[in-house]
Amino acid sequence: MSRDPVIVGVADVPLHERGRAMPGTTILGMQRDCALEALGEAGLALSDVDGLCVAGFWGMAESPAPGAMATLQMAEYLGLHDLKYLDNTNTGGSAFVVHAGHAAEMIRAGICDTVLILYGSLQKSESSRKLGGRRALYTQQFERVAGLPTPVGGYAMAAQRHMAEFGTTRETLAEIAVSTRAWAAMNDNAAFRDPMTVDDVLGAPGICDPLGRFDCCLITDGGGAVVMTTAERAKDLKTKPINVLGHGECTSHYCINYMPDMARLDVARESSTRAYAMAGRTAADMDLAMIYDSFTITVLLSLEAIGLCKPGEGKDFVAGGRIGPGGEFPVNTNGGGLSYCHPGMYGIFTIIEATRQLRGDAGERQQDGLVHAVCHGTGGVLASGATLVLSNDKG
Amino acid sequence: MTYEGPRPENDLDSAPFWEGANDGKLMIQRCGKTGQSFLYSRGLTKDIDETSVEWVASSGKGEIYSFTICRVPSDPFFADQVPYAVGSVTLEEGARVLGRLITDDLDAIAVGQQVEVDFDRLDDDLAVPVFRITG
Repeated sequence: MSRDPVIVGVADVPLHERGRAMPGTTILGMQRDCALEALGEAGLALSDVDGLCVAGFWGMAESPAPGAMATLQMAEYLGLHDLKYLDNTNTGGSAFVVHAGHAAEMIRAGICDTVLILYGSLQKSESSRKLGGRRALYTQQFERVAGLPTPVGGYAMAAQRHMAEFGTTRETLAEIAVSTRAWAAMNDNAAFRDPMTVDDVLGAPGICDPLGRFDCCLITDGGGAVVMTTAERAKDLKTKPINVLGHGECTSHYCINYMPDMARLDVARESSTRAYAMAGRTAADMDLAMIYDSFTITVLLSLEAIGLCKPGEGKDFVAGGRIGPGGEFPVNTNGGGLSYCHPGMYGIFTIIEATRQLRGDAGERQQDGLVHAVCHGTGGVLASGATLVLSNDKG
Repeated sequence: MTYEGPRPENDLDSAPFWEGANDGKLMIQRCGKTGQSFLYSRGLTKDIDETSVEWVASSGKGEIYSFTICRVPSDPFFADQVPYAVGSVTLEEGARVLGRLITDDLDAIAVGQQVEVDFDRLDDDLAVPVFRITG
């Protein structure tokens, strides 16, 4: 019981000028600052950390990129010399949700006591996100030569298939973007906070049909930290501990053309089924969903796959502002990757926001009466799924 | 003429595909044990008997599984080609293949339409399969 894993600290990088970190910020420095803030709010110090999880794509122009060995680079920078658990798992944007699951088991097993999960990116300030010039090799050789923009073209094909099978419309996808923007208006750290309508989304420039500009996540800087430890240790700490009741992960493909069923997110169904089973909870117990919203279609597919509604019923679940402020079921209350920030690998922010909401620290956007939250991360082109079930009540 | 766009980096797993395309054939792989067809990735298949996999020519006929109309290019080289359509095509043999969809009316493309392979010759060494909508 005493070694049950809990989250005791979170932090995210302050952003300015529509999603830029402060000038002069470095990729390592922003992660250090988040680490100190997340540890500090719990009353912990770097010297307490004996487990470290990091994933990133820093310095992509170089080979090998420094981010390819992110845990080693960060451990050196932070002066962590006796780590008992290192995790560099990179499943794309779901990585940090995967890390939290792995960390929970390492803590439970007594391998280590206090794990720091870190992420940082300066992709906007460094203008490092480029579509062109990517090599056409391995399974990607076919889509590169055909001219499919990745990842947006892959998500667009999933959306098109979902529309063909279930009659989903662009309006349904736009509802997701609009609700998410409304949440962002209550997050001082969100890059885009101006009100937006369904017509704004439908009228925006097309990117890859049926996805337009506002169906796509932002390109911003950003980063964050999550600190996990044992329930026993948390008794002496300053924050209200949030229990990690369950976790699960899954993958099915790498390139979109090999996704078994583009209209159904099988990896999310599997990862969430595993997470709910471990937690002894069901989707019906969830009060809040923090879902990786790389694109609007990602939210729709995820809601249907993690059991909050049935396949094809996502259009009813999100209709009429149901997932927005004042709606029946809050989703992505921080403004998501669509309006808050999207530094490339967004998954960690699902955990940060769920923790704040479950602690009652979410300020203007705080939701009342929350007990359970589900965090779901997607990685690659709908390729990886990872789910966490969190609770502020051990039950 | 030298094509300067994205060029596939052949490996032992894909060379027969590109060599076939250069000869006007759409080559896919087939498991001799189960009869399942696939291309390069085994993502859509189960119980493959690795020792019985062989390369075979596809009929080149299939239907659109899904598609997208690209308003932005995937690479600066394609900038003057937008908008263009890329489709995921389920071939008669079962394998799913990705390629450009060739049509005079992008707005009329729909999931489930019948297509047939053609080849776009880019230079002496490279021809790329594309799919014409036939019904």
